[in-house]
Amino acid sequence: MKILGKITILLCGGLLLFFTSDFPDFGDANSPASTHLSPYFIEHTLEDTAVPNVVTSVLADYRGYDTMFETTVILTAGLACFLLLKIPTKEVKQRYYRHEPTGVTLRIEGDRYPDKSAVFTRIDSTWVPSDMIINFTCRILISFIQIFALYVVAHGHHSPGGGFQGGVLLGASVILFAISGNLRAAIKQFGEKTAALFGAAGVFIYVGTAALCLALGENFLNYSALAPLLGTDRIMARSHGILSVEIGVAVAVMAVMIWIYYNLSSAGKQDEGL
Amino acid sequence: MILPIDLIVLVLVIVSAVAAITVKDLLSASVMLGAYSFLLCLLWTVMGAVDVAFTEATVGAGVSTVFCVSAIFHTTRRTKD
Repeated sequence: MKILGKITILLCGGLLLFFTSDFPDFGDANSPASTHLSPYFIEHTLEDTAVPNVVTSVLADYRGYDTMFETTVILTAGLACFLLLKIPTKEVKQRYYRHEPTGVTLRIEGDRYPDKSAVFTRIDSTWVPSDMIINFTCRILISFIQIFALYVVAHGHHSPGGGFQGGVLLGASVILFAISGNLRAAIKQFGEKTAALFGAAGVFIYVGTAALCLALGENFLNYSALAPLLGTDRIMARSHGILSVEIGVAVAVMAVMIWIYYNLSSAGKQDEGL
Repeated sequence: MILPIDLIVLVLVIVSAVAAITVKDLLSASVMLGAYSFLLCLLWTVMGAVDVAFTEATVGAGVSTVFCVSAIFHTTRRTKD
């Protein structure tokens, strides 16, 4: 069976490698992809949408319908993680507390926890001592990551970047906060309900922008329809429409990344975790 | 596209990909996968696809490695090999 599997893999790999020789070369000007669509996008993007970055305009304007469902797919991934992992557990809970003045660790069972105590601090069962240097460095880094993420979202028209990358960076900053401190502190700052709401709100911003165009009497996702609302001409309106859509993508991606992390790192309990 | 850089990165991509599937330890495998993603991101930068490279660097090398590690955090080591 093992040999059969290896033969199959070798055969499939060999066939794939054999047929790649029929592909057009890298940067071939005569390949079908660069003779029909690409020249149109490269030549007309600036006059159609006033966006210098061709990738952004293709992603959010020419192929906006595609990206809309990509955002929905990401929300579905978050939902799937939530539905698979979040199981209400009824087992006997035990928590670990550390008595700060003496440094003694206590295990408490039942539900009489010293929650709002000044001398007892809650620690995880797989507790690693929190390091001051790591904590402090991450605190400083988080603000810079978030500012860079906002720049990536807002400047996606002119430079590489956009909603997906900026959203992931924003999510990563909260994940870094959870890793450097502990999970409960992060959940207190950005709860699971907030994450779910933000995820849905991001998709809603995207679909709402598209539906607004429909309501104003033009095609779905034709941002030119927003021109009277924004007070600009029809070409700049497309650029602004792309920005609003990118913000929707960023919000959805940020929330879903954080949501998946909460569920994965704590195995759905959202109590103790990495 | 600069050929020597391209070749070096391509060789490193293959090495890290093979290392990621041959290594026994799950944690090292996920770290190798992160390295693979990052090298792939370099390759895309060399090819001029900067937007794709940016996405790969954030999603592939950044967040998905964190997801892998946080999932591995809940596993236990049964064998000693």
